[in-house]
Amino acid sequence: MLSVSCLSALLLHTVCCLYIRFIFWLEILFIVAAPFSPSQIPLYTKCITRLKVILIFYILQGRTLILKDLKSHESLYLVCITQLERRMADAGNKESAPIGGDEFTNTELENNKNNTMVEEGSTLLRRMEISVAEAEKRTGKNTVNMQEIFTVYLIETRPIDAITEGHNPAPDSLWRRYSEFEILRNYLLVTYPFIVVPPLPEKRAEFVWHKLSADNMDPDFVERRRVGLENFLLRVASHSVLSNDKILYHFLTEEHRWKEVVHETGFQAKADSRIKALSATFRVKNPDKRFTEMKLYSDELQSLTSQLLRVRARVADRLYGVYKVHGNYGRVFSEWSALEKEMGDGLQSAGHHMDAYAASVDDMLEEEEHYADQLKEYLFYAEALRAVCRKHELTQYELETASSDLISKKQQREELATGMVRTFSFKGMTNKLFGQETPEQREAKLSLLEEQIVQGEETVTEKTVECEEYVKGAWVDMQRFKEQKDRDLREALIGYAVMQISMCKKGIQVWTNAKDCFHKM
Amino acid sequence: MSRTIDAVVSPTQTNTIPADISGQMLDLDEDDDLEVFSKDLTLADGNMFNASMPTSPGSMVNQCKFEEDEESDSKDIFITVDNPESHVTAIETFITYRVLTKTTRSEFDNSEYEVRRRYQDFLWLKGKLEDAHSTLIVHPLPEKFVVKGMVERFNGDFIETRRKALHKFLNRVADHPILSCSEDFKVFLSAQAWELTTYKKQGPGFLSRMGETVRAVANSVRGVKNRPEEFTAIQEYVEDFSNKIGSLDKVTQRIVKEQKEYLEELKEYGPTYTLWSGSEEELAEQLKGVAGCIERCCKETEEQVGHLSDTLVPVLHEYVLCAETLKAVLRRRDNIQAEFEAKNEALATKKVDRDAESSDLGFVWGSLLGKNPEEARHQRQERLDGEIEELKEEIDKLEDRVEWANNALKGDWGRWQRSMRGDLKSAFLSTAEKNVDYYEKCLAVWETFLLSQRTEPSEETDRDNTP
Repeated sequence: MLSVSCLSALLLHTVCCLYIRFIFWLEILFIVAAPFSPSQIPLYTKCITRLKVILIFYILQGRTLILKDLKSHESLYLVCITQLERRMADAGNKESAPIGGDEFTNTELENNKNNTMVEEGSTLLRRMEISVAEAEKRTGKNTVNMQEIFTVYLIETRPIDAITEGHNPAPDSLWRRYSEFEILRNYLLVTYPFIVVPPLPEKRAEFVWHKLSADNMDPDFVERRRVGLENFLLRVASHSVLSNDKILYHFLTEEHRWKEVVHETGFQAKADSRIKALSATFRVKNPDKRFTEMKLYSDELQSLTSQLLRVRARVADRLYGVYKVHGNYGRVFSEWSALEKEMGDGLQSAGHHMDAYAASVDDMLEEEEHYADQLKEYLFYAEALRAVCRKHELTQYELETASSDLISKKQQREELATGMVRTFSFKGMTNKLFGQETPEQREAKLSLLEEQIVQGEETVTEKTVECEEYVKGAWVDMQRFKEQKDRDLREALIGYAVMQISMCKKGIQVWTNAKDCFHKM
Repeated sequence: MSRTIDAVVSPTQTNTIPADISGQMLDLDEDDDLEVFSKDLTLADGNMFNASMPTSPGSMVNQCKFEEDEESDSKDIFITVDNPESHVTAIETFITYRVLTKTTRSEFDNSEYEVRRRYQDFLWLKGKLEDAHSTLIVHPLPEKFVVKGMVERFNGDFIETRRKALHKFLNRVADHPILSCSEDFKVFLSAQAWELTTYKKQGPGFLSRMGETVRAVANSVRGVKNRPEEFTAIQEYVEDFSNKIGSLDKVTQRIVKEQKEYLEELKEYGPTYTLWSGSEEELAEQLKGVAGCIERCCKETEEQVGHLSDTLVPVLHEYVLCAETLKAVLRRRDNIQAEFEAKNEALATKKVDRDAESSDLGFVWGSLLGKNPEEARHQRQERLDGEIEELKEEIDKLEDRVEWANNALKGDWGRWQRSMRGDLKSAFLSTAEKNVDYYEKCLAVWETFLLSQRTEPSEETDRDNTP
C-alpha cells in the first residue's frame, strides 16, 4: 500500500515538474516572440507575476533538480525580467519609487500614480506592502555571553492583492535588530556587486550638535533609525534586480530560520578580500573610463556631503542658541510688567510671544534633521557607488592577469617548441650551464603547457564575459542610481526651502504680534 | 517739552536782542524780574553764584507751570554732536567733538555756535547741572571706558557710540525746561576753548567743595527718619527697575553675540552648496540656487544685527545708567531731608536746654567767677534764645529747600517716566519692526527659489509625455 502511494506521489511530482517546466518555456517564448506595445502592458505584468510564482515553486522544488540547471534557469529568468521591465519603463513614465513624497504638489502626485501603475507587478514592493512599524527595547546575551540592551524593529508585511480586493488582513510581522539588517545588506553587496546597494541608516549618531544626543538609545535617534530602515527596505524591494532575491523575501517573512538560510549561501566566503581589491585598484591597466570617472565622482560626493552635514549642524546649533536666548526676554518682561502701571499689559503679552518664539525652534530643527538624514543617505550611497567601481577594477584586473598569464604561457610554449630563447630566462642559463634537457622532458613540459594554455584560454573567455556582463549590468544600475539621486536630492532641496519658508512665516507672525504688544505699551 | 525763553533782561548781562527774535518776545513784568532778584539766592543748592538767571526755586516752579500750559511744539534749539577728531599734545592724546548749536533763544548772543568739546568738558557740565539741581534727573553720559569689552579708547566703534550718546545727552538737557536755562549749559554751547577754561576756574574753591562733601557724607550716615511714602515707593521702583533693565541689557547683548556667531557659520554654509554644484550636472542649478538664497539671507542677518546694535543696545544701556542716576538723585534728596531733620533735632535739644535748669557745673563755674546766679542764667537764656532764633531761620530755609527739592523731583519724576516709556517703547517697536522686515525679506528669497523649482518639473513631464 505504502509503496503504491509513494510511487503515485513521485509520479505526480514528476508530472508537475515537467508541466511547470513546459509552461515556463512557453511563457518565455511568448514574451520574446510577441510584439511589444503599450497595450500589452497588463498582459506582460501578468506574465511576470506568473513567472515569479513559477520560480518560487521551482525554488521549493529546488532539491530535486540539479543545482546548475536551476541556476541557469534562474539567471535566464532574471534577464527576461530585467529586459521586460526596462522596456516597460521606457515606454511608460520614468521609473520612480514614491518614497517620502510629502512635498509633492498635485501634478507630481499624479505622475507618481502613473508610475506606480506601470510598475505594478514588476517588483516585490508592488506585491507586498512593507513597513517598519515600531521599535522596542530588548535584553539578551551577546556574542561574548554578556547582558546587553538592544533595540528591535517590527517589520510588517501585507500582500497588496488582499488590500486591493477590499479585505484588510492583519499584517504579518516579525522583529529584527539592526545587526540583522547589516547581514542582509552585506549579503546583497556580495551577491550583486554590480548594483549600487541602498545604504542603511548610520550605525552611530554622527554630525551631532549640542541639542541632539549621541546616545543610540535616545528615542529620537531610534525613531529616525526606524524611518531609515523602512526606507532601506522600500528601496531594496522596489529595485528591479534586488527585489527578486529570495533571501530578501525570507528576511521579510521568516523570523527564525533566516540567519541559517543566509549563512548557508556562504556569501561571507565569496566576499572579496580588501587587499585584493586594493591591489587591483593600483595595478589595473585598462579600466573602463566611465567607471574611473564615477569613482572620482563618488569620492567627491562623499566629501562634499559630509562637509555640508558638518556645517549644517553648526548652523543649527547657533540658530538654536539665538532663539533660546530670546526666552530670557519673556522672563524679564514678565517680571518688569509687574512694576509698571501703564506699560504692564503690553510688556506681559510681549513676553509671552518671546517665550513662544524661543520654543518654536525645537520643532523647526527637528524637521531639519529629516533633511540631514536625506543627505546622509547619499553620503553612504557614495560609498556603495565606489564599491561598484572598485569591483569593476577587480574583475578587469583579473581579466588582465589571466590574459597576460596566457600570453606568457604561449610564449613559453613557443620557446620550448622552437628552441629559441627570446628572452633571458633562468632556464636558458641552466641550459647553457648544465646542458639541455632530454627530449622526453621537453615533451612532458610541452604537453603540460598545452593543457595550461587550454585552461588559460577558457579562463580568459570566462573572465571576458564576466567583465563585459559586469560592465553592462553595473552601468545600467549606475544610471538608474544617478537618476534616483538627482530626483531625491532635488526633492530634498525643495523640502529644505519649504522648511525655511515655514520658519520665516512663523518669525513674521511672532514679531508682528510682539510689535502690536509694544504698541500697547 | 519745549519752551521759549526770551527777553530775560538781567542787570549784569548786556544782551543785545537780535532783530530776528524780536517777534518772539514775551513780555514779562519788570516786577517779576525784580522779585526774582530780591529772593535770597543762597537758598539754591550748591554753588549757583550766577545771579543773572532766574534760579529762585519758587519762581522757577511757577514759570515751569506757566510754560507747560503753552504746549508749543516748536523747538527753538538744535544741537548736533559730530566730527570727532583726535588731538595730540605733549602730555596726552584725546578726542574732541564738534558741537553745533542753532538757536533762537534770546539769552544766546548769536543764533549759531560751533565749538569743539572733549569728554571731560561734558563731565564738567553734568557735574555743574547736578550740583545746581541736585534733585533733577539729568540724562546720563556715556561711560568713561568700557572695561568689559576691552575696547580701545580710540576704536572707531567706541567713538561713534560715544558720539551718539553725547548727542543725546545734550539734546535731553536742551529739552529739559529747567536744565536748559542753566548758564553753565549756555557757556558750554557757546564759549571758545580758552573761554571755557577760564569759566571753569571760576567755581567755588576747593575747600568749600570739601565742606560740601563732608556735609553730604555726614547726612547720608545719619539717614532719613521720616521719608515721605511716595519717595519710598519711588526708591523701591528704582531698585527693581535697575535690576530689570540690567537684565534686559545683558540679554540683548547676548542675543547680539549669538546672532554674530550664527552669521559666521552661515557665511560658510552657502559656499558649501556652491562647491557641491561644481560636481553635479542636473543638480547644479538647484544647488547654486540654494547657495544664493543662503547668501542673501546672510546679508539680511547682518543688517538685522547691525540694527539691533545701533538701536536697542544703546537705549537699554542708557537706561541702566539712568537707574544709577536715579539712585543718586534719591540719595541727594534724602540728604537734604536729613539735614533738615538734623537741624530740627538740634533746635529741640537747644529748647530743652534753655528751659532746663542750669547745670551744676555751669553754676559752679559762674559762682567761682563771682557771677550772680540769676544773672548767669539770664545771660545763658539770652544766648540760647539767640541761637534758637538763628536755628529757626536756618530751619525755615532748609524747610523751603526740602519742599523745593521734593517738588522738583516729583515733577521731574513724572517727566522721566514718560520719556523712559517713550524711549523704550520706540526702541522695542523698532526692533520688532526690523525683525518682521528681516523675516519677510528671507521669505521672499526662499519663495522665489521655490517658484523657480516648481516651474521646472512641469516642463520636464511635458517633454516626457510627448512620445
